[in-house]
Amino acid sequence: MRHLLRTRDLTRDEAIHILDIALDMAAVQNREVKKLPTLRGKTVVNLFFEDSTRTRISFEAAAKRLSADVINFSARGSSISKGESLKDTAQTLQALGADGVVIRHPVSGAPQVLAVSGWITAGVINAGDGTHEHPTQGLLDAFTIRQRVHGAGARGRGLDGVRVIIVGDILHSRVARSNVWLLTTLGAHVHLVAPPTLLPVDTSGWPVTTGFDLDGALAGHPDVVMMLRIQEERMHGSFFPSSREYTRTWGLDGPRFRALQPDTIVMHPGPMNRGLEIAPIAADSPQSTVREQVANGVSVRMSALYVLLSGERETATVSGDGATEHHAIQQRSAAQ
Amino acid sequence: MIERAVLTRADISRALVRISHEILEANRGSADLVLLGIPTRGVTLAHRIAAEIERIEPDGPVPVGTLDVTMYRDDLTLTRTRTPGPTHLPLRGIDGAVVVLVDDVLYSGRTIRAAFDALSDLGRARAVRLAVLVDRGHREFPIRADFIGKNLPSSARERVNVRLCEVDGDDAVTIAGGEAA
Repeated sequence: MRHLLRTRDLTRDEAIHILDIALDMAAVQNREVKKLPTLRGKTVVNLFFEDSTRTRISFEAAAKRLSADVINFSARGSSISKGESLKDTAQTLQALGADGVVIRHPVSGAPQVLAVSGWITAGVINAGDGTHEHPTQGLLDAFTIRQRVHGAGARGRGLDGVRVIIVGDILHSRVARSNVWLLTTLGAHVHLVAPPTLLPVDTSGWPVTTGFDLDGALAGHPDVVMMLRIQEERMHGSFFPSSREYTRTWGLDGPRFRALQPDTIVMHPGPMNRGLEIAPIAADSPQSTVREQVANGVSVRMSALYVLLSGERETATVSGDGATEHHAIQQRSAAQ
Repeated sequence: MIERAVLTRADISRALVRISHEILEANRGSADLVLLGIPTRGVTLAHRIAAEIERIEPDGPVPVGTLDVTMYRDDLTLTRTRTPGPTHLPLRGIDGAVVVLVDDVLYSGRTIRAAFDALSDLGRARAVRLAVLVDRGHREFPIRADFIGKNLPSSARERVNVRLCEVDGDDAVTIAGGEAA
């Protein structure tokens, strides 16, 4: 695997492979020396065109625990805010000798452009692009569900027969999209619940069922309830009359939470709007996996970085000025 | 391809019994011993040796663990991506223990070099020893085994295959290739 751009492309075997390696990475987190020498000498660039402290530090921790060097490159206060194009930024990274680029971008498809453009030879990990996908979030959610459902026997297994409902702003959610494709690839059944205004117009191509009624969906005793964040920054239209009304109809409030089966798990990708889409009693309960999701995020990202950056690099060609630098890098590694 | 048997089931069993005696002799008993198998077949061999040691000197169970060295290899960028496996340490850990690394074939020594790095991240063993079923030569590091089932001088073109019941359905060591290549 050279890039991780979307979970839609992952086969069941590839997904399970990444989750199994993440299991071994998780074991490293419990040791006294929480570091592996595996990616020593590799450079990982966190290229963030959108603010995200949580995802960035998770990737940073993952890369550092594999002994890679990490360079953080954020749009604010950098050459990008001065109008530099993605191509010029990419060629700068190439000249720096980046082996892996973790990119978050407000435009759907930007990581794909970076991966196929030929501007860089680095492996590209999509850390969220527009309303498209956020594959490592999907992987860490799948990992978290698999651990809760199968416990110690999780290795090598999928999520066959697990019933998941995803509730909230499906329209703008790249987390929902990555989960829809990955969880169904792993054998789970996914049901989406949202206000009609926050459901994509056409979901006929998605392997899911959809509905507007949260209470009806909860009455079916799902194994997993995943609440999505209401993204204030994307609420530019009138998607629902008021946040009170949203909470009353689509929020996981106290009464709805208390009616859940005791083994139903409650997930949220964070950061949470407590009292809006999820009540504190649900977020802080033992059924909640919010903190596990954060810890598992590091393990899954270590796994993804390992799968992408170790192993023989497939030959890649660089166009433009990057070629000379690439040649120099090859010569350096050949001399070792 | 011609495949020639080098060790039979009975040969492997005798070699493991001898190695078990040698470990006990060198360690003067089974105190502080920890056997760590290197996946896949080293783990199977470690369990067999532990069972044999417990049979010879029934002083209680010998702790057995698994040491995956994939993430410590120096050749990760030279081949396709390797799949790492789990590392399981016995509850006592390895601090102060006499760790016996167990692997099926000793060849370049690179796996064992990686194992040293992996061990030092897990704790400080009092001593580290190495037991292998087959030593086929061609070392690329100054590493030697303390306990050897069979010395098998081989050509680098040949391929040594170790098969064990628990993994492959039968016990045998065979050698293939060589002259034909």
